[in-house]
Amino acid sequence: MTQKLVIIGNGMAPGRMLEHLFEEDATAYDVTIFNAEPRVNYNRLMLSPVLSGEKTYEDIITHDDAWYEANNVTLLKGAKITEIDRNLKTVTSEAGVVASYDKLVIATGSNPFIIPLPGHDLDGVLVYRDLDDVGAMLTAAKSKGRAVVIGGGLLGLEAAAGLKARGMDVTVLHLMPTLMERQLDPAAGYLLEKAIKDKGIEVLTEVNSKEILGKDGRVSGITLDDGTVIDASIVIMAVGIRPSFSLAKDADIDCNRGILVDDKMQTSDPDVYALGECVEHRGDCYGLVAPLYEMAKVLANNLTGGNAEFTGSVTATKLKVTGVDLYSAGDFAEADDREEIVLRDAAQGIYKRLVLKENRIIGAVQYGETTDGPWFFDLLKKGTDISEMRDSLIFGQAYQGGASLDPMQAVAALPDDAEICGCNGICKSVIVTAITDKKLNTLDEVRSHTKASASCGTCTGLVEQLMSVTLGDTYDPSKVAAVCPCTDLGHDDVRRLIQVKSLKSIPAVMQELEWKTSCGCAKCRPALNYYLVSDWPGEYEDDYQSRYINERVHANIQKDGTYSVVPRMWGGMTSSDELRAIADVVDKFDIPAVKVTGGQRIDMLGVKKEDLLGVWSDLGDAGFVSGQAYAKGLRTVKTCVGSDWCRFGTQDSTGFGIRIEKFMWGSWTPAKLKLAVSGCPRNCSEATCKDIGVICVDSGYDIHFAGAAGLDIKGTELLGHASSEDEALEYIVALTQLYREQGHYLERIYKWAKRVGVDEIRSQILDDDIGRKNLYQRFVYSQKFAQHDPWSERVSGKDKHEFNPLAIFGQEAAE
Amino acid sequence: MNAFKKNWIKIGKLSDIPKRGSRCVKNGDLTIALFRSADDKVFALEDKCPHKNGPLSQGIVHDGCVTCPLHNWVISLETGEVQGPDEGSTLSFPIKQDGDDILLGLQTSSDGIK
Repeated sequence: MTQKLVIIGNGMAPGRMLEHLFEEDATAYDVTIFNAEPRVNYNRLMLSPVLSGEKTYEDIITHDDAWYEANNVTLLKGAKITEIDRNLKTVTSEAGVVASYDKLVIATGSNPFIIPLPGHDLDGVLVYRDLDDVGAMLTAAKSKGRAVVIGGGLLGLEAAAGLKARGMDVTVLHLMPTLMERQLDPAAGYLLEKAIKDKGIEVLTEVNSKEILGKDGRVSGITLDDGTVIDASIVIMAVGIRPSFSLAKDADIDCNRGILVDDKMQTSDPDVYALGECVEHRGDCYGLVAPLYEMAKVLANNLTGGNAEFTGSVTATKLKVTGVDLYSAGDFAEADDREEIVLRDAAQGIYKRLVLKENRIIGAVQYGETTDGPWFFDLLKKGTDISEMRDSLIFGQAYQGGASLDPMQAVAALPDDAEICGCNGICKSVIVTAITDKKLNTLDEVRSHTKASASCGTCTGLVEQLMSVTLGDTYDPSKVAAVCPCTDLGHDDVRRLIQVKSLKSIPAVMQELEWKTSCGCAKCRPALNYYLVSDWPGEYEDDYQSRYINERVHANIQKDGTYSVVPRMWGGMTSSDELRAIADVVDKFDIPAVKVTGGQRIDMLGVKKEDLLGVWSDLGDAGFVSGQAYAKGLRTVKTCVGSDWCRFGTQDSTGFGIRIEKFMWGSWTPAKLKLAVSGCPRNCSEATCKDIGVICVDSGYDIHFAGAAGLDIKGTELLGHASSEDEALEYIVALTQLYREQGHYLERIYKWAKRVGVDEIRSQILDDDIGRKNLYQRFVYSQKFAQHDPWSERVSGKDKHEFNPLAIFGQEAAE
Repeated sequence: MNAFKKNWIKIGKLSDIPKRGSRCVKNGDLTIALFRSADDKVFALEDKCPHKNGPLSQGIVHDGCVTCPLHNWVISLETGEVQGPDEGSTLSFPIKQDGDDILLGLQTSSDGIK
């Protein structure tokens, strides 16, 4: 019979343990997880990028609901266990849920240590441990005041950098003379302090906090021992963690500093195991992920009848603060039996130090340049005798044995068992084997198959180099996602960073996101211009020089350099006056061709650029505005004659089409947007291959989207049904706004829908009433700045130079 | 006897051309596109892409190049050479910038400006 396995806690260690468990035997256990946090499993190492805005919560999820479902795991979210009964073999949650177990795994992790200063219980005193803490910090960051971070260790500095990136003033208070003194020697600590200060973060060392001050129950500042008072709107305590083991202790399981486990991760009760930050193993408690993952592997093996043992682990540290390169591993305290090798390059801010004992590396600190970190760590863990290469050791792997400086060759030269991903303990041969056996081509595939670089991500470069070495030219990392060769960032990253960093001009984006060219290229500039127009309506000034020619001169360029002009005919309706005016314009300007378009408009082709203003002026006098047939924006709304004329028409499809077009004209979208409204399911306006289409039925309006009838042919997806015109308009507008906010530039709506998922879009528009109304409001707001007819603006003189030559000369100008 | 002589013709002011933009000068049947880069340098090319004669003056100006509006060929403003994998070149003309004034250098011969 299947045994019952209950897990208390849903952090990274038990998550990884389950993966190994299911690999060994997917049916051995019936698994139930109690998670005190109200969510699925996510990568806690990546909280800092979430805080700074470089990633979102969705980016850092490691196991989503679907994973638990697929593996038949019962996950109880927001369920905190309050009691373990070892006699009955049951656990009981706060809400009274009782579950019985055959085997129990305790993975309660750790608690942040709170210094019991006066005022530590005020509102606004926060710790940095889980996503809720990040949420609380982000809320506080909106008020923009000053944040005081107590503790200049790894977490404290990451929190400080994140809050600074969110626009707060930040002060770090540290008890010791140099930062991160547990991982860094004083010289590297000094360089780190300088780099942190360069980010505009205030750092005070050798200071002791005395009291947290409050006003109306909220933090207002902090006093130091020397009497200094610092104003603060939040205080973050990041002074260390303590294993969380009270639950185990209450159940009389042996505990010391943590829950005591043996090499098999077994506690004093043979049916109860523990792993992660809550345990004490051979006198050590661990707070870094690599040893926790080793424990996970060992425990999974033992739960399925194996004999694996965990014997302790040396750890390496990397700081995840953008722009600060730091790597440290092992022991670097000074002692009589130790020697050291130091390399300093003050100009480049590089510091490297190796601590040797009996010709073996026992400690390594690197600052400013850390590419050799994994290599030193490998030598350290293996206890390699380095006397042969001692003279050039500090210069790194590339200097050994005359190898060149090329990082590719350095990676190629690594031994098969060299560790590439420290977090997950993945060595080179595992990655190379996965790439060749499973024919992996992208970084994401390698991550999902091997876990390499899937945790903190700092070894991504190494993994990519390894992919290049293995795959040769077939692997092109930049091809995967980058907007264009001017940047390594993809469209999603650029869009998100524009938002979180409040970037409001093209130069600001290029500077802050480290563009590699001085003013971009013809690919990225139009994309950035659109993102800024879309994200900052009313604030961003459109940059015409970053628009394609068609949008710059409000007409479509033709192969001979002439233009085609399409006036707007709302919903495809016109009149004798309009037709007469068009005929007059065609005659007056000698326009060579006139054609009816697929979008129910009239196109005048072959207009010379210098005639554009005259053509627009005459069309404007007849009441026409630009049809925007050139725009990455709302083009046309096709209609049929509907209930006005048609004997089958169920609703006023013409009137509704005109209403939509009058509401949405002028709006910019990632790519062109074509709509249609059909008055009955016979669908004469061909709404089911449009970007957005409406099919009127007796009971109202079926709204479709994501069709295509161009390079690709694809019928639409049904978004949903609306019973009134107003409701239908709200759905259409909200959908358009969602596409405007998420679409990649030049990505048609059907490609966007394929990328983010039709169900996801449907749930955001149909199920989330508040979200939909907000989308609608944001569209309405941006229309205030978008609905200006560009033709009349140009006729009245805006940028008139565009249409006239700078100078004309010929024979008469010659001598 | 001035069969071939360089002639500097004042054609306008720097401020007449938008930054990262272009204006045209017509010389009989020849259209010359003047480009102003982000750092206020001015360049002159025949307004004709070597690929399919696209009007380069209508393209996007970036980093010393212009991208043709018809098929996205990239042309060097300095030399008129096509960049990247494509091949070809467009006629380029010398420019002198004298304060705000822009002077275009044309070869003149007895039968007019070339």
